[in-house]
Amino acid sequence: MIEIEESLRPWLAIACPALAAIFILFSSKLPNLREGWTLLASIVQFWMIYSMVPVILKGTTIESYLFTVFPGIQFGFKVDAFGLIFAITSSFLWILVSIYSIGYMRALREHAQTRYYCCFALAIFGAVGIALSGNLVTMFIFYEILTVSTYPLVAHEQTPEALFAGRKYLAYLFTAGCFLLGAVVLTYSLAGTTDFDKGGILSVAIAPRSVLMVLFVFFLLGFMKAAYMPFHSWLPTAMVAPTPVSALLHAVAVVKAGVFGIVRMVCYIYGIDLMHELGLGIMLASLAAFTMIVASLFAIAQDNLKRRLAYSTISQLSYIILGVALLSPMGITGAMIHIPFHGFMKITLFLCAGSILVTSGKENISEMGGIGRAMPITMMAFTVGALGMCGAPPTGGFISKWFLGLGTLQAGNLIFLAVILISSLLDIVYFFPIIYTAFFAKSGGTTLRLNKGRKIKEAPLFMVVPLSITALLSIVFSFPNPFTDTILNLARMAVSILGGG
Amino acid sequence: MQTAIQHFPVLIVAISLVSAISILVAGWTNKKTPPFISITTVLAQFVASILILNHVLTKGPIHYWLGGWKPPWGIEYVVDVLNAYVLVILLFLGLTCAVYSKRSIEHELPQKTVSFYALYQLLITGLCGVTVTGDIFNMYVFIEIMSLSAYALIGSRGKIALKASFTYLVLGSIGACFFLLGIGFLYSVTGSLNMHDLSILLPPLYGNKMVRAAFVLFIVGLSVKMAFFPLHTWLPDAHAFAPSEISAMLSGIIIEVCTYAFIRLAFSVFSVNFLTLLPIFDILCWVAGIAIIMGSLLAMTQFNLKRMLAYSSVANMGYIMLAVGLSTSAKNFPWCGLTPALMHMLNHALMKGCLFLVAGAFIYKADLWNIAELRGLGRRMPYTCAAFVIAAISMIGVPPSVGFVSKLYIIFASLEAKKFAFVAILLVSSLLNLVYFWRVIETMYMKREEGEEHAHASMNSRDEIPLSMLIPVLGLASLCMVMGVLWLAGITIPILNKVNAMFGLMVVR
Repeated sequence: MIEIEESLRPWLAIACPALAAIFILFSSKLPNLREGWTLLASIVQFWMIYSMVPVILKGTTIESYLFTVFPGIQFGFKVDAFGLIFAITSSFLWILVSIYSIGYMRALREHAQTRYYCCFALAIFGAVGIALSGNLVTMFIFYEILTVSTYPLVAHEQTPEALFAGRKYLAYLFTAGCFLLGAVVLTYSLAGTTDFDKGGILSVAIAPRSVLMVLFVFFLLGFMKAAYMPFHSWLPTAMVAPTPVSALLHAVAVVKAGVFGIVRMVCYIYGIDLMHELGLGIMLASLAAFTMIVASLFAIAQDNLKRRLAYSTISQLSYIILGVALLSPMGITGAMIHIPFHGFMKITLFLCAGSILVTSGKENISEMGGIGRAMPITMMAFTVGALGMCGAPPTGGFISKWFLGLGTLQAGNLIFLAVILISSLLDIVYFFPIIYTAFFAKSGGTTLRLNKGRKIKEAPLFMVVPLSITALLSIVFSFPNPFTDTILNLARMAVSILGGG
Repeated sequence: MQTAIQHFPVLIVAISLVSAISILVAGWTNKKTPPFISITTVLAQFVASILILNHVLTKGPIHYWLGGWKPPWGIEYVVDVLNAYVLVILLFLGLTCAVYSKRSIEHELPQKTVSFYALYQLLITGLCGVTVTGDIFNMYVFIEIMSLSAYALIGSRGKIALKASFTYLVLGSIGACFFLLGIGFLYSVTGSLNMHDLSILLPPLYGNKMVRAAFVLFIVGLSVKMAFFPLHTWLPDAHAFAPSEISAMLSGIIIEVCTYAFIRLAFSVFSVNFLTLLPIFDILCWVAGIAIIMGSLLAMTQFNLKRMLAYSSVANMGYIMLAVGLSTSAKNFPWCGLTPALMHMLNHALMKGCLFLVAGAFIYKADLWNIAELRGLGRRMPYTCAAFVIAAISMIGVPPSVGFVSKLYIIFASLEAKKFAFVAILLVSSLLNLVYFWRVIETMYMKREEGEEHAHASMNSRDEIPLSMLIPVLGLASLCMVMGVLWLAGITIPILNKVNAMFGLMVVR
């Protein structure tokens, strides 16, 4: 039924950031050329990935395998609708963040910029590799590459604090990697394959229930990048990284790789029927619900803007986990489209936080009184992002929450609907004070001036343009247009193939 | 052509021995010649070993009767896939170290270049001899040639290195005694020293206590030589204070050739039937498991970079011996039999060779021994440090490096053997590797010097090692990744499968 097309396009898409990383290393003396490679690679990569969309929407799967690792495991890519959603998100946001990075890194005169751009490209290499990989082994390889390549970004500042964050990051994520490797190996030895298959590759026929349960826990620990509680604390700590890093990696690539993995595992390794049979859906949903509420409560207590955003990310990621854990078609659709929508909104928020940091040096919310009047565009964009997080109507966030809500109804689990609503309410509680402070609070005299007496203005154009684009897109997503349709269609496609419910 | 290759096994040993002597003579007149003679010889040997491997793969084993004497009486050299494979590894690393040592020995031991290269060539002679021989007493002789030259090379720095060398000498000699006793026991029962002959004579005698004792003596004797965990105590000092290329050879080759000797004895002289008779390999697995964990834990406590790498070698010998221990119970393609063990031999040689050569580069450039002193080197010596990072993440087991492939294969083997504890041990060990290797990487790249705000100041003072040292280092580092992909792609697996087929360690489909 499903046609398969052999194509080199996944390889080309992967090759872009890999080649870029090499070129960047060798043009460290020429900043303009170096950043040029990044931009060129990001645009070509997005074009490559987007060119696969029509093929996939026709119901074809693009496959390309290089060699056989073990009998039944081939190293290579299998592009399906769901993977493409994640790949599009990562590669598109890479373009914007690259532009933003140029402004940010130059404005702050950051050191080791070559290392920064090189590792950034490698991280995207990992993320897109995860998105396109056709089986668990390939995915694991890229998953580890992502972990290693993001370490220099997290510890970029090289202060003791940043080094601590880097260590913590590695400690968490490498432990996760070990669990994931264990899980992958066990899956292979049980099922004899690790390919992602629509109906799942495990069943009660091939292993005792207890083994499957343990394996599930291994997988879950393996995808610690999803930052569900109580294994979340690496994420707020990692916020010492430069803001574009936090933006792309900690709101998009790294954490999304985690939730992406969980969705892959639930839908394509276990399969919806087996999840029902083992009762694992409700367990996963409870974990997600717990994280959604508690992380929001944590977020309220944070004064550092980036840390507050980090906790918001933790909470929002669990929306995705919850969506898939409901095991209903609507829920899974919601989860899948929340990946790009949340990506766009959260990146807007982070980019705004970065702009504020660059122009005013302020990191704490309490010091940001009246900053909205000094930086109107930035804070308008921030407001859009915040509204999206709360799921207010004219943003993409509304659509994904709508689907998630329908998903809870479809699964017949009203408790989780309540959890979604309460969590949205909490979102308002912690986002609104920021907007209020920015626009309406008194600036308190000198707070809006820098040390040298210069007035705070908008950030450089390199930074304002990307964040305006993401903010605009966050709104555009809520209206029918080709881009939204593409993502919705891809999600529908993925879910219809899954055929669960 | 075929007849010429028949002579290669003995030629490989002979030209090495001849070159050791000619280095002495030539060095007498011109001090500049020894490195070139040595490099040329090892290069010739390396090419010969590749030809041998090719011949063995396509046409079958080579038998060479020394002096034309028939096997049970005369000494026989037998080269099958297993020796040929080990031979290629050892000569490749030998070549790399020879190229590397030219500049570094001129710097470190300017008075002793002649004797260094003469001994180095003797070491290679011993290593090649152990590998190609088909006679257990001859194997003992070559193990001693190799060890004696290693003792001298380790002590060549003088001072504290002499103590390290002496410790190794004492323990190594004890190990050799055990080995010799084992040979004596076997000889007293069978009256033969030829491996092939023994493998025919032994099966009816598997119940014999002498034979069993001989096997235990072999295990203990070789365990000392290969620094298998409880008997590893000579290794850290020897590795730490030897010249770095010798550390690389020690860690990458010498202890692994001893492992080869063990594999050869266990599977060629004895056989799988004997090994499954007793729970020896189960015990071996557990000791190896302890070795992996203890080696890594001890490595974490070290301040000296080379000592840390030395303890890491102890852990890695654990990996190899664990894989050997699992070899009789894992029978499914592609992780069947000795594949993981032999694979890790090559992988460890590449990784550890690279790491020790990098450590040597730090000593060469700035006399840096301790991890804490490595601050800011990431900028000063970018290529060397990049090589270190690649080799270190290979040790940790980040895909697609060689370390990852070894880890994966050993995990699969232990899963098939239903020994799940080892899966956990391997995963924990890769975390421990992360801890102690990342400490070095962090110091090299991330830690700032006192009072330094941005690392711009040291940016200009790039200070790399000479090209003749850099190329071996970078070559090994890139091979860490390239071989990883080759293993994953399964291109080199068939070689190892021939070994398994030879020893009957594979399910025939």
